Amino acid sequence: MSQGFQPQHPDITEDSWNKINEVITVNRFKPGSVITVLRECQNIVGYLPVELIDYVSHGLNISRSEVFGVVSFYSLFSLVPKGRHTVRVCMGTACYVKGIKEVISRIRSNYQIKEGETSKDRRFSLEAVRCLGACGLAPVTVVDHDIYGGTTANRIIDILEKYE
Amino acid sequence: MSRIRTQLMLCGGTGCKATSHGVREALQKELEKRGLAEEIQIVETGCNGFCSVGPVMLVQPEGIFYQKIQPKDIPQLVEEHFLKGRPLKRLFYVEPASEETIPRMNEIPFFSHQLLWVMRNKGVIDPEKIDDYIATDGYFGVAKALQEMTPEEIIAEVKTSGLRGRGGAGFPTGLKWEFARKSPGEVKYVLCNADEGDPGAFMDRSVLEADPHSVLEGMIIAAKAINSHQGYIYCRTEYPLAIHRLNIAIAQAKEYGLLGTDILGTGFDFDIEIYEGAGAFVCGEETALMRSIEGKRGMPRPRPPFPAQKGLWEKPTILNNVETLANIGQIILKGGKWYAGVGTETSKGTKVFALSGDINNIGLVEVPMGTPLRTIIYDIGGGIPNKKKFKAVQLGGPSGGCIPEQELDTPVDYQAIAKVGAIMGSGGMIVMDEDTCMVDMARFFMDFIQDESCGKCTPCREGTRRLLETLDRICEGKGKAGDIELLKELSYTIKDASLCGLGQTGPNPILSTLRYFRDEYEAHIYEKRCPAKRCTALLKFEINPELCTKCGLCFKACPSGAIIWQKKETARIDKEKCVKCLSCFEKCKFGAIF
Repeated sequence: MSQGFQPQHPDITEDSWNKINEVITVNRFKPGSVITVLRECQNIVGYLPVELIDYVSHGLNISRSEVFGVVSFYSLFSLVPKGRHTVRVCMGTACYVKGIKEVISRIRSNYQIKEGETSKDRRFSLEAVRCLGACGLAPVTVVDHDIYGGTTANRIIDILEKYE
Repeated sequence: MSRIRTQLMLCGGTGCKATSHGVREALQKELEKRGLAEEIQIVETGCNGFCSVGPVMLVQPEGIFYQKIQPKDIPQLVEEHFLKGRPLKRLFYVEPASEETIPRMNEIPFFSHQLLWVMRNKGVIDPEKIDDYIATDGYFGVAKALQEMTPEEIIAEVKTSGLRGRGGAGFPTGLKWEFARKSPGEVKYVLCNADEGDPGAFMDRSVLEADPHSVLEGMIIAAKAINSHQGYIYCRTEYPLAIHRLNIAIAQAKEYGLLGTDILGTGFDFDIEIYEGAGAFVCGEETALMRSIEGKRGMPRPRPPFPAQKGLWEKPTILNNVETLANIGQIILKGGKWYAGVGTETSKGTKVFALSGDINNIGLVEVPMGTPLRTIIYDIGGGIPNKKKFKAVQLGGPSGGCIPEQELDTPVDYQAIAKVGAIMGSGGMIVMDEDTCMVDMARFFMDFIQDESCGKCTPCREGTRRLLETLDRICEGKGKAGDIELLKELSYTIKDASLCGLGQTGPNPILSTLRYFRDEYEAHIYEKRCPAKRCTALLKFEINPELCTKCGLCFKACPSGAIIWQKKETARIDKEKCVKCLSCFEKCKFGAIF
């Protein structure tokens, strides 16, 4: 145990705490490592609960407001839990020109979620992301780690239905 | 020892990888089954560039190019080509206009008009093998720079080449290096900007995926020129494959003594670390990027002092774009004069563009400076699909502008492009056909800028929000007289008063669409009509019986069963059921739905 206090949190297991401690220990004296630490913590837990942000701030000896400022600035970090599957729709220009707007509105009406939200059953999190750089496949949707090109409004529901 | 007679260069770029599930495995299995695995080698390359016909494969040394390969094609392909020596015609490229099949890569118009300098190794070498890169003169530039040249000579050579920053602003690279060289200080940094955030731009990703060593080579030479011993590559987190390949490349370069201490026995030390971004567009701005590496909110700061004097951790720093750095090795090896031999008066060398949108040949193209836009769009890009008409080409992403038909003969040149209201930018080139609404396009970019504005300076934070609100209103049919003037006035204020490049260029998409497509704005505001039929709030979702040919295509396209149609009868739309998805608009060839 690297630190004196360790808050309880329902989404963070004992095993996760061990990993988090390891990340903090490795990076403690590296200047500018806070983004790296937060990234790895988010990979471990899935998101960044406030208790975890406090813990990181304590571990790296940086003020809580500064760590929170970093978390809220970068779109990679999330303060709320994510769904079982993350649906990323590309909002790059090429995808926009090719009709990603219609794809999003279809997802919205079918699963009752907006961009940045998670469906009530925690099945999907919908994210509108910046250009994924796969413009040759536009419009592009990424579900977890699977990239789907040419996702028209008509195809998208068939694709998503494969993910439970 | 086995002798390899043929190499299969299978594209492993992001685009092809997404569609080529199982191709590599099927190929390997089939080669083994036929006993060819010893003599035929599969090489997974970086992005080949011709993304729209992917997955693609180049057979070397013949230069035969196969497109749209699927696992089920593999047995026939191996049997015909590699066993019987008859290339498989079915998978050749077909020229859309003439329907002629073209077997060899360098004869395909998409490739034959290009001049590959930065992308010379794309699809030709294995990006995960340093030996492949060295075999194509890789790191020879480093050897020359470190062993035979003084820092002043390196800077002079880069200045002679006329190379300008490829990230967008076009600042002369040699000059930037000279400033940093002259800045006093023991500790200096070389940074590579791989935070390619412009929507519709993927050149840097492809260079990193296809030829990561070329970027490392450029950085080592830059380090020697300014006497730096530590470099960082700031790469956006959305590019996992590029980061993966960079990591491999750095490890190999260290193993070969090209990074680390005493490089090539010259006593020069230099090391490179990768720094992963966390998703903030503004971090592509130089001072913001440096703040981000320092672990802070990536917000720009006023200049001066310029990074060449006070950059990362307050030390003299140079920041160069991926494409800029990829040019350096060859400039040193072949000389600045060689490089300056191609291009126009003020823009030298080549430029890579990511061609996408409503165009037949989507992909990466590298052309000499001075090539007219028309050549890129029609000869290389193959024109607009589905017999639609060209409307505009968008250059420079959210900081750039739209160029209409009448200006298509503009050459690719920093000055010439600025003159028609766009910027060279990092190289995103998005083609739009007649179905694109230019007001909606401006709204899209403003939505992007407004969202990515870091909030530090007021003109950008507040101004872009007001611009977006005004555009939203216009698109929703609530535009009023005076809106156009308001947009213009606000745009110029934001340009003049913003702190960094984001705000200073952010209103460009509005200004350039206003310049060429003012009539569309007027139609939205005064007639409550969207000429391109894209803004749903301005559409009635009714069918004009005079134009309807009773074909029923809209009926088949409708996902919500809102279209009432029977054979030989005019279609109607049930507005209760209609979800305004525009599927019917896309299908109707007669413009009968309005």
